[in-house]
Amino acid sequence: MLETARVIQIILNGTAVGCIYGLVALGFVLIYKTTETVNFAQGDLMMLGGFLAFTLIAKVGLDYWLGFLLTIVFMAAFGYLLDALVLRRVIGQPQFAVFMLTLGLGFIFRAAAGIVWGYDAVSFPTPFTGRVLDFGGIVVSANNLSILVGTVGLCAVLYLFFSRTRLGVAMQASSQNQLAAYYMGIPVRTVFSLTWAISAAVAAAAGVLLAPVALVDVNMGFLGFKAFAAAVLGGFGSIPGALIGGVVVGIVEQVAGYSLPAGFRDVTANAVLLGVLVLRPQGILSQTMRKKV
Amino acid sequence: MRPIRTSYAQDLTLLPTTGSRVRVALVTGVALAIPAFAGEFYLGELAAVFIFAIAGVGMMLLSGYTGLVSLGQAAFLGIGAYTNAVLLARGVPLILSLPSGAMLAGLAGVAIGIPTLRMSGLYLAIATLAFGSIVGTIFQKWEGVTGGFGGFPVVSPTLGPLILDSPRGLYFLSLAMLGLVLLVAANILRSPLGRSLVAIHGSEISAQSMGVNLAVTKTLSFAISAAITGLAGGLFAHYVHFLAPDSFDLVLSIQFVTMIVVGGLGSLSGAIYGAIFIRLLPQGIALLRDDLPLGIGHMPGLEPSLFGLILVLFIIFEPQGVAGRLSKIAHYWSAFPLHRRATFQRQKSYTRSERVR
Repeated sequence: MLETARVIQIILNGTAVGCIYGLVALGFVLIYKTTETVNFAQGDLMMLGGFLAFTLIAKVGLDYWLGFLLTIVFMAAFGYLLDALVLRRVIGQPQFAVFMLTLGLGFIFRAAAGIVWGYDAVSFPTPFTGRVLDFGGIVVSANNLSILVGTVGLCAVLYLFFSRTRLGVAMQASSQNQLAAYYMGIPVRTVFSLTWAISAAVAAAAGVLLAPVALVDVNMGFLGFKAFAAAVLGGFGSIPGALIGGVVVGIVEQVAGYSLPAGFRDVTANAVLLGVLVLRPQGILSQTMRKKV
Repeated sequence: MRPIRTSYAQDLTLLPTTGSRVRVALVTGVALAIPAFAGEFYLGELAAVFIFAIAGVGMMLLSGYTGLVSLGQAAFLGIGAYTNAVLLARGVPLILSLPSGAMLAGLAGVAIGIPTLRMSGLYLAIATLAFGSIVGTIFQKWEGVTGGFGGFPVVSPTLGPLILDSPRGLYFLSLAMLGLVLLVAANILRSPLGRSLVAIHGSEISAQSMGVNLAVTKTLSFAISAAITGLAGGLFAHYVHFLAPDSFDLVLSIQFVTMIVVGGLGSLSGAIYGAIFIRLLPQGIALLRDDLPLGIGHMPGLEPSLFGLILVLFIIFEPQGVAGRLSKIAHYWSAFPLHRRATFQRQKSYTRSERVR
């Protein structure tokens, strides 16, 4: 009984961590799904969101929920402008170039955040801090629960958004063929900027949800690499895939951290990733198809 | 100006124009003359530039020509560095240990090349990233051989009577190796293998239809690239004198990618420009640090932000890197005064989906 409880506990913790990966991965997937570019600065957008929330909630003294909302609005605007001013210039260049561009942007964000907010880790109070829920021996902190609920909720909303709304379908169309989408009357450039806005908003939400669990600091964005792995694992471009990939990576890490000697945690996650990619080169929920000749 | 073509053999010559021959001779001459008047510190830094240029050539063959993105190059560098250092410590002469490092790195390249044959783009990038991280962990945990986090001191190399202890010795050794690697790479590129690499970059399906064996060629590309990077790693060990497992991490791999993008994808000289950029930028900043106004020079995030900014500016304004810009300037003067502004104007284009492939 004790063993079972412990296993469930490990899996639950892994799921909570995995949901954060999934949430950041969601941002990757959104941008990829529409603009077919990989935003390597996604983790850094999350970091900016976390710091912004810190300023609004801990420094200005706003209510948690109001601060959360304002952070999301500001970051959405930031994402929109980022695309309109920078990313739009490289439309049509190879994926690789855009990937490097966002990598460079990530460097700049990190340095800018260091200058504005300093290099110390910060945190802010949330309504969930310190509260713990006990389900018959299995302990869940309210923080982890908020992450879980937030991630699954966002995933569901975005999934429906992409499959049911006009804008969502327009985004998918722009992704499949920019030129054809343009001919069909879709304002491709605006659609792209809106995607970046949504993606930055998702990143901000991830940053705010993550802040009580892992402190906000300049290098928080490196979590983006794990999230990137999660997104790839799930099949880049699939929203449920991002969540699945994130949870898989999270659980593998927790199990490895529990059963293997220290230092092997990250490597296990990477080995699993490599293994999955060898078996399914396009990820679990594949989004690619073979060109017919 | 390109000379008028009179024979097919002309297409295959290494240095087709008088201009290029003069340029290569000039650069070689300057590189050989520098040690006559430069101090030891600068020679050491220049040796590092050469070492990075070697690794850049390896990366260029894989990413710039074959179009396979690797975020695990640091692992190959590390394998080369550790193999060389460990063998030297056990009394193997440099002339054997350095190629052994390259060979082992090449085998590692095959080991990652074969399972990733079906991957491309992002998936390949993340798979190589995972590979790099796994190799990094091996460096940390295999303490019996690598010394783990305690690090591994590198024995000073000797080459017959020559003791390559000083930066001067390393300078000449890495210069010679760079020359050798450039010659090998240039020869690969004008051989059928090189043409197949470029064909794969263009389109895997067309390359396959033209009779290119994708599996063999892609694996070879990985192996050659890894071996060259491993060679650079062996030299790198002598540059740093002390190997630490965490110096071969993702940051280094990203530096390599940045190097070839800034230098110019798809040109061997680009690898050298990129190496100069990446090694000398920090030095340049250090030199200017005290002269900048408003204390900008002492802001903590200056170096990475400048690094990022230059990368962003390059991709927006000159996606072909330094090499591309130089070739445009060269074209301007060769056509002078008949240069047309529209010659290199980029066409407005749209992104073609890489999901259908």
